[in-house]
Amino acid sequence: MFIKDLQRILKQNIREYGMYIALFVIMIIFTIATDGIFISSRNISNLLNQTGYIAVLAVGMTLVIVIRHIDLSVGFLAGFLGAIAAIALAFWKLPMVVVIPLVLVLGALAGLFTAFPVAQLKIPAFVASLAGWLIYRGALLLVTASTGTIIIANDTFNAIGNGFIPDIPGVEGFLPGVHKLTLLLGLAAIVLFVISQLNDRKKKQSYNFETLPMNVFILKLVFIALVLAAITWVLAGYNGLSWTVVVVLIVVAVYHFITTQTVLGRHIYAVGGNPEAAELSGINVKKITYVVFASMGLLSALSGILFASRLQSATVTAGTLFEMDAIAAAYIGGVSAAGGVGNVMGSLIGSLVTMSLTSGMNLMNIDIAYQYVVRGAVLLGAVIFDVATRNRGK
Amino acid sequence: MDTPILEMRNITKEFPGVKALSNVSFSVAQGEIHCLVGENGAGKSTLMKVLSGVWPYGTYTGDIFFNGELQSFKHIADSERAGIAVIYQELALIPELSVYENIFIGHEIGNGFTVDWNETIKRANEMLARVRLDVNPATKIRDLGVGKQQLIEIAKALSRNVKLLILDEPTAALNEDDSENLLNLLREQKAQGVTCIMISHKLREVLAIADTVTVLRDGQTVCTLDAHKGEVTEQVMIKHMVGREIDNIYPPRVGHQPSEDVVFEVRNWRAYDPALGRTVLKDMNFKIRKGEIVAFAGLMGSGRTELALSLFGNPTHYQISGEVYVQGKPVAFGHPREAIKSGVAYLTEDRKGNGLILIQDVKQNISLANLEELAHRGIVDANAEIKVANEYRASLNIKTPTVAQKVGNLSGGNQQKVCLGKWLFVKPNILILDEPTRGIDVGAKYEIYTIMNQLVQQGMSIIMISSELPEVLGMSDRIYVVSEGRITGEVPTAEATQEIIMQMATN
Repeated sequence: MFIKDLQRILKQNIREYGMYIALFVIMIIFTIATDGIFISSRNISNLLNQTGYIAVLAVGMTLVIVIRHIDLSVGFLAGFLGAIAAIALAFWKLPMVVVIPLVLVLGALAGLFTAFPVAQLKIPAFVASLAGWLIYRGALLLVTASTGTIIIANDTFNAIGNGFIPDIPGVEGFLPGVHKLTLLLGLAAIVLFVISQLNDRKKKQSYNFETLPMNVFILKLVFIALVLAAITWVLAGYNGLSWTVVVVLIVVAVYHFITTQTVLGRHIYAVGGNPEAAELSGINVKKITYVVFASMGLLSALSGILFASRLQSATVTAGTLFEMDAIAAAYIGGVSAAGGVGNVMGSLIGSLVTMSLTSGMNLMNIDIAYQYVVRGAVLLGAVIFDVATRNRGK
Repeated sequence: MDTPILEMRNITKEFPGVKALSNVSFSVAQGEIHCLVGENGAGKSTLMKVLSGVWPYGTYTGDIFFNGELQSFKHIADSERAGIAVIYQELALIPELSVYENIFIGHEIGNGFTVDWNETIKRANEMLARVRLDVNPATKIRDLGVGKQQLIEIAKALSRNVKLLILDEPTAALNEDDSENLLNLLREQKAQGVTCIMISHKLREVLAIADTVTVLRDGQTVCTLDAHKGEVTEQVMIKHMVGREIDNIYPPRVGHQPSEDVVFEVRNWRAYDPALGRTVLKDMNFKIRKGEIVAFAGLMGSGRTELALSLFGNPTHYQISGEVYVQGKPVAFGHPREAIKSGVAYLTEDRKGNGLILIQDVKQNISLANLEELAHRGIVDANAEIKVANEYRASLNIKTPTVAQKVGNLSGGNQQKVCLGKWLFVKPNILILDEPTRGIDVGAKYEIYTIMNQLVQQGMSIIMISSELPEVLGMSDRIYVVSEGRITGEVPTAEATQEIIMQMATN
C-alpha cells in the first residue's frame, strides 16, 4: 500500500521531483567516480560558492522566461557591472557600502533599458537583449582597455565571494573543527521547514484540498530534513556557511516569497499564463515586463559583484557565457518556454545540477570538450523530460 | 438541372457533447451558384469543412460524391487535388509575399527544384486579368485592400483549375463597390463553367446571385429553394432560418422593472483599426439603464465585440473618438484597469483565448482582476482568496472538486462560470457579456440566465452581446441591432421578433 502510494505520487509529481532526483543521482555518480572527493566538505563548499553567481542569474531568468521572454545580455552586463564595481573601489576609492547599492541600481536601470524596446515597441526580447549582449561586451572591453585586469584590494568586498560567516565565540572547545553557527542555522532551517510544512498541510486539509498521504508526507519530511542535515554537516566540517551561500539563500527566499505570496508575483505568473487574459483583467502587462527585466538587471549586477569578489578582480572576459548557464539552469529547473510555469526553487536546483556537472567532471579530469557535450546532453534531456511530462501534471 | 457535381448524403458530424451536423444532405448542380444560408451555429462552416477535408474522412458519417465518384478526403490537399477550393473569411494569403508568389504558393511553376519566376509572373498576369484586377503582380499582399485580396484568393483558386469554388462569407469585410465587383466576377466564372457555393449572411446578395439556396438550421437541412422557380425571397429565407420556437429555456424574471436612471451612455462613438486600415465602428449612440439587460444583436463580425473592447479600455488600440458617460460622468478609459475601477466589466467571447488562465486554478482565476482587495500591503491573503473562491463556487454552482483545481480541467460551462465569478468579484455596475452561453450545454445556459436575472434584480446593468436570436428575445429588455459597425435599429424586446431583428441585421 505504502509503496503503491509512493509510486503513484512520484508518477503524478514527476515534473516537480524530477530535478531533485536528477541532482541526487548526479551527486552519487560523481561521489563514486571520484572516490568520495566530490562529496568532501571542501569540494561541496567550493561548488556552492561557484554556483552563487549563476544561481542569482537563474532566479531572475526564471521570471523572464515565465513571462515568455528571454534576456541574453545578463552575462556581459554582470561582467561590465563587476568591472564598474572594481573601478569604483580601486580607482575612485569609494567605500563598499556606496559601491554595492550604486552597482545594483545601475543593473536595474540596464534592465529597464532592455525592457523598453520589448514592452513599448514589441521587439522580440531575443533581439533586444542580443543588442544588449553586444553593447555590454563592448562596454566591458572599453572600461578594462587601459588597465586590463583590475585587482580589487578591498578585503571586505572580497569576503563576499570567498569568506565565511564567523563562528560563535567562546565555544572552541566543543566539537573542534566543526562550525557551530552553521550547525545551529542548519538545525533552525530544518525545524522551520518541518513546522511550515505541517502548517501548510493542516491548512490544505481544512479546505479539503488534495494532500499527500500521511506516510508519504512523513517520508518527504524525513528525506528533506536528512538532505538539509547532510549539507549542514558537510559545510560545518569545512569553514561553515560562506557569505555567497548566505546571499543566494536570501535572494531565493525573497524571490520565493514575492512569487508565491504577493500581488506582484501573481500578476507576473498571470501575464506568463495568458497575457491577453491578464491585460483584459486589468493587469498592466507593460509594467510587469519592466519590473521583471529590472529585477533581471539587478540580479545581473549582484552576479557581477559575486563574481568580481570571488576572483578579487575584474577581468576582460568576466561574464562570458553566464547567460547560457543561467538559461540552462532555469530550463533544467523546470521553467516552461510556453510561459507561466516555473519557480525559483527549481532554478536554484537547476543551477546546482549544472555546477555539479562542471565540478564533478573537473575532479575526474574530463576534457573540457567532453564537458560541454555532456552539459548539452543534460540540458536537452531535461527539456525533453519537461515536454514529455507536461500533460501528466494537469 | 443536369447531374449534380457534388452530392453530400446523410452527413453527421459530432463534437464532444454537440451534434454539429445531423443527417445533412446537400446537392449542388454543375455550373450553378448555390448559396448556403443559416444562423450562426447552424452548421454551414462545419459542412464545408467536412467537404474540404479539414475534418478528415472517418471523423464524420455519410457519403460525399464529387464528379460522380465517392470521395474520402483525408486532408485539404486531397480535396484541392479533386478540384475543390475553399476561400475562408480569414484570408489565407501571406502578407509579406508578392501577389504572384501568393497565387502559386504550394503549386510553384518550375522543374520541381527551382522556380521559373518569369513564367510565374506571366501566368499571374493571366490570372489577374481573369479576375479583372489591375495590380502589379509584384505588389506585396499587405499593400492591398481586403477587396483586392479576396480577388487574389479567387485567382489563386482559379489557377488550380478549380471545379468547385466555395466562398465563406466573401463580402463580410468588403464595402458595397467591392462586394458588387465580387458578385459580378462570380457570375462570369459561372459562365465559364465554375460551380460555386457561397455562404452568406447578406440575404440581398443571395437574392441577387443565387440559382439555388439551401437553408441550414441547427445542423439540419431545412429546405432547398430554386430561384428560377421564384421560391427565393428574403421573407421565406428568414422564416426558414429562424423557424425554431422559443421554448421555456429562459427563466422568467418576476416583478422586476428596470429603472429610468441611465448608468451608461455612449455618444458618437467611432473606432478606426489602424492594423486593418478601416473604420470598424461608425457613429454609435446608445444608453443603458440601471437594472436593464440590453442585448446587442447582430451577426458575427458586425462589430459588437470591437465595440465592447473599444469601450473597455481599448486593449486592441483602435483610434477612437466619441464620449462615454458612466453614471452621468464623462470617462475615458486608457486601460481595462481603469474601466474595471469605474465599475465596468467585460466577459470575453473567447474564454480560452483571452478569458482564463487555463494552467492556473479556479481560485487564482476568480481573484485575478481584483487581487488587491485580497491583499494587505501587496501580500495576498491566501485564506481570504480561498474563502472568496468558495463563495462564488457555491453561488454560481461551479462544479469542481476544490477551488485548487486547474481551470483547464473543467467543462465549458464551468469555465464560463469561473469567468463570470472573476467579473462578479470586481463588483461591477455595468457588466458586458460577450456571447455568454457560447459552446456550453443547455443546463449551464439556464443557470447563467438565472444568474443574469438575479444580477439585474440587484441593480446591475447587463449588456449582452449575442448572435443567438432566441437568447436575445428570451433574456433582454431592449435590443440594439448592429450591422457593419453601425447600430441599425433599436427595439423594445416586447415588440421584437426574430424576423424584425434578422431584417435589421442583414441590411
